[in-house]
Amino acid sequence: MTFDLKIDEPHPDHRADGLTQSVLGHDNDRPDGWLKVAGSATYAAEEQADDMLHGFLVRAPKVGAVSCPNLEQVRAMHGVRSVLRDRRMIRNAAQGTANEAPVQGVDQAAYVGQPIALVVADSFEQARHAAQALVVSVEEDDVPVLPDAVEPEEPEDKKTEIGDLDRAMSEAAFRIDAVYTTPSMVSAAMEPHAATAHWDGETLTLRGSLQMLKFNRNELADSVGLDPANVRVLAPYVGGGFGSKLGISADCVAAALAAMELGQPVRVVQHRRNVFEVNTRRSETRQHIRLAADAEGRLTGLGHEALVSNLPDEEFSEPVIQGSHFAYAAANRTLGMKIARIHRSAAGSVRAPGESVGVTAFEVAMDELAQAAGVDPVDLRVRNIPEKDPESGKPFSSHRLEAALRQGADAFGWSHRHATPRQQREGEWWIGTGMAAAFRVNMVIEAEARINLTRDGATVMSDMTDIGTGSYAIFGQIAAELLGLPLDRVEVQLGDTRFPPGSGSGGSFGAASTGTAVWLAGMEIRKQIADRLGCSEAELTLQDGMATYANKRASLRDLLSHEPITGHGHVEPGEAAEKVRQATFGAHFAEVAVSDVTGEVRVRRMLGSFAAGRILNPRTARSQCHGGMTWGIGMALTEELTHDRRDGHAVNRDLAGYHLPVNADVPPFEVHFVEELDDWAGPTQAKGIGELGICGAGASILNAVYNACGARVRDMPATPDRVLAALPS
Amino acid sequence: MKTSFTVNGSPFSLDIDPRVTLLDALRDHLNLTGSKKGCDHGRCGACTVLVDGRRINACLSLAVMHDGDEITTVEGLCKDGRSPLQSAFVRHDGMQCGYCTPGQLCSATAVFREIADGWPSHVSETLDGPYALTREELAERMSGNICRCSCYPGINAAILEIAEEDAGHAEAAE
Repeated sequence: MTFDLKIDEPHPDHRADGLTQSVLGHDNDRPDGWLKVAGSATYAAEEQADDMLHGFLVRAPKVGAVSCPNLEQVRAMHGVRSVLRDRRMIRNAAQGTANEAPVQGVDQAAYVGQPIALVVADSFEQARHAAQALVVSVEEDDVPVLPDAVEPEEPEDKKTEIGDLDRAMSEAAFRIDAVYTTPSMVSAAMEPHAATAHWDGETLTLRGSLQMLKFNRNELADSVGLDPANVRVLAPYVGGGFGSKLGISADCVAAALAAMELGQPVRVVQHRRNVFEVNTRRSETRQHIRLAADAEGRLTGLGHEALVSNLPDEEFSEPVIQGSHFAYAAANRTLGMKIARIHRSAAGSVRAPGESVGVTAFEVAMDELAQAAGVDPVDLRVRNIPEKDPESGKPFSSHRLEAALRQGADAFGWSHRHATPRQQREGEWWIGTGMAAAFRVNMVIEAEARINLTRDGATVMSDMTDIGTGSYAIFGQIAAELLGLPLDRVEVQLGDTRFPPGSGSGGSFGAASTGTAVWLAGMEIRKQIADRLGCSEAELTLQDGMATYANKRASLRDLLSHEPITGHGHVEPGEAAEKVRQATFGAHFAEVAVSDVTGEVRVRRMLGSFAAGRILNPRTARSQCHGGMTWGIGMALTEELTHDRRDGHAVNRDLAGYHLPVNADVPPFEVHFVEELDDWAGPTQAKGIGELGICGAGASILNAVYNACGARVRDMPATPDRVLAALPS
Repeated sequence: MKTSFTVNGSPFSLDIDPRVTLLDALRDHLNLTGSKKGCDHGRCGACTVLVDGRRINACLSLAVMHDGDEITTVEGLCKDGRSPLQSAFVRHDGMQCGYCTPGQLCSATAVFREIADGWPSHVSETLDGPYALTREELAERMSGNICRCSCYPGINAAILEIAEEDAGHAEAAE
């Protein structure tokens, strides 16, 4: 049997609050933490086999028709087992939820860095050496690589035109009309994309570094030409993803093809420099933002139009304006997207696609409006909170932005701030504070999970992944709470397509989607226990391994002595998505110091205040927020993937040239959760938290830079040269 | 090429390709996959191990350069159960995806010794210690270990907690 749920209606019954095991919502260790500190969690490249072969990907150095004139000589090199130039190899990683093969082929390179061969050898060293010896000749195509070099697509379905923004601008008491830019950025997860493939003549088993296994299995099967039933994908531990591992990656397909050809296990690990090219980047953006406001700073009009890019034949485009559709009330609205088809590496989802860059730029514009109108930046946001979705007129499922803003401001000490820039100085440093609001759409996607309950405890199973997000922790807590078990009697098994298909990790939907499936599976078990005790599920109390109803009391060990119980949960998005606008909200506050000698910006402290429904585990949720806030530091100050103007190649494609925030860049953080239960989010009332922390975080820093020294930087990142150039003379 | 060294107290003799890095020797030849390969060019710190008690990036060093050395990996930080530092990492959620964690732990272990031995850092005010493990010193000394999940707050809290405990024990012993 299965407990199915389509989320059509709100769940105001808050069942979790009536359960008594007291683990859900509590600050518990992540169970996988112990394996991770011991070094015994096994990642994609860490499976051992005596006959393991090693593959090394070879990249196209230019765009155009590819040939390898010395392929036969390389094939004859010591230890080399094969040089694969298979047309089934993929051009770049699949987009999230693609569910089919991405563009394939090795004869035509569409971007610099496209994998065009796999050299397989007995050892990693032999494979790498032979790969470096392979000559790649390219008959160069003259292709556009700059977003301005082409006439962009302007999809009608991404256009919103309400009222008359031009008129609102001309009649406004205060107006902002400016262009903001963000560069290409990358996920740069710590574990490079890697795969180990086994082929037994019928079944392909692949251990990969992947986020969404039910889709990845189909993408892999479609790529290599197998029935998905004969493909098994495993990813029990994933060394970070952030969107770059949503779709099947080039290493997986190449490793599978090599294993199928050679009949031996093959491991392919992308070199870090390939990781920067072969997997999707966050598109650069150019955002034209217009704000029209009345004398009190109330928006009468807003415009948000963005230019992004992608390769031909990629469906994804960075949804820059996603948050602007619902963030603020304004009667006159112009929103739209332009997509330039150019030959930089493929663009795709990177942590909070859309809002991460869209909200960040928009919140800088809002700061400019606050300054122009002489309104406190927090008050300005509060003044412009819409009562309902400003475009569709739908009610919000729950809207806690004002609470996030006010509580965050109090905790940060916002009231002590100087409203005028350049008021506080320490030696060569200007000190200032800034804030921004955070917005992120909330989603649920189809997911399944199973729980087996035996006399020894419960086992939760789903092909869901834990990419560092805390899936192991929160699913264990949900199951333990429902089944009345201590946490150490619940085991969570993830990352294997032999388990029921979960949501996968992406779009912050894991907790609310697969978490709800786990909840439903637990509910089905509760129902069966209640049947055995002769009561209804709601009358049943399960706690510390004991089942109680009225004066009946039995241990689960006794109840389950003969027959274990299985519960299977299945959730699907339903009419809720049509009936209400659902989102998560928050506020960022930052204090910075800016050197007016060097232009260097140091972030001194940050506070994030977030409303994301029920917080299932405050410790893992807080860590996710820390991650988002740190990415905000990177976006505001250091991260930029630079493309060569001639051929579009990624110039700084390693961790030496692409500057991630390191320990010394990250100040003390404070994270505050706003109390919220969103009844429309399903029976757990929980929403996603993994991406909210990045949305707008960078804007709070840029706004603090302005408050500190008067430099308004609209081109990210605010590197020292840009800050110096923007300083008032 | 033949080489012998000890890893986590156990002696190993290998006859390997001279191109094999210490990191790959540990991971692929000795099946000690706790040390991670994040960048393979000395920029992320995930491969940090201790050689004769000092931290190095194992990806930047060839295995055959370590003949006679004593190497400690994350698997050797604690013989039985878990070390106080490992427990503190779990308590403070000093990891998310876990891929940089072994390197962070090895680095932190070495930092304790560097502080005790009076090694200065970029942020030290003088070149002749002694130095206290302040938050600023710690953040500087741990900046060779990148965590993209950004667990720096938890990592720092865990290390500082152990540093304080150790300082407390030292005081009690005096």
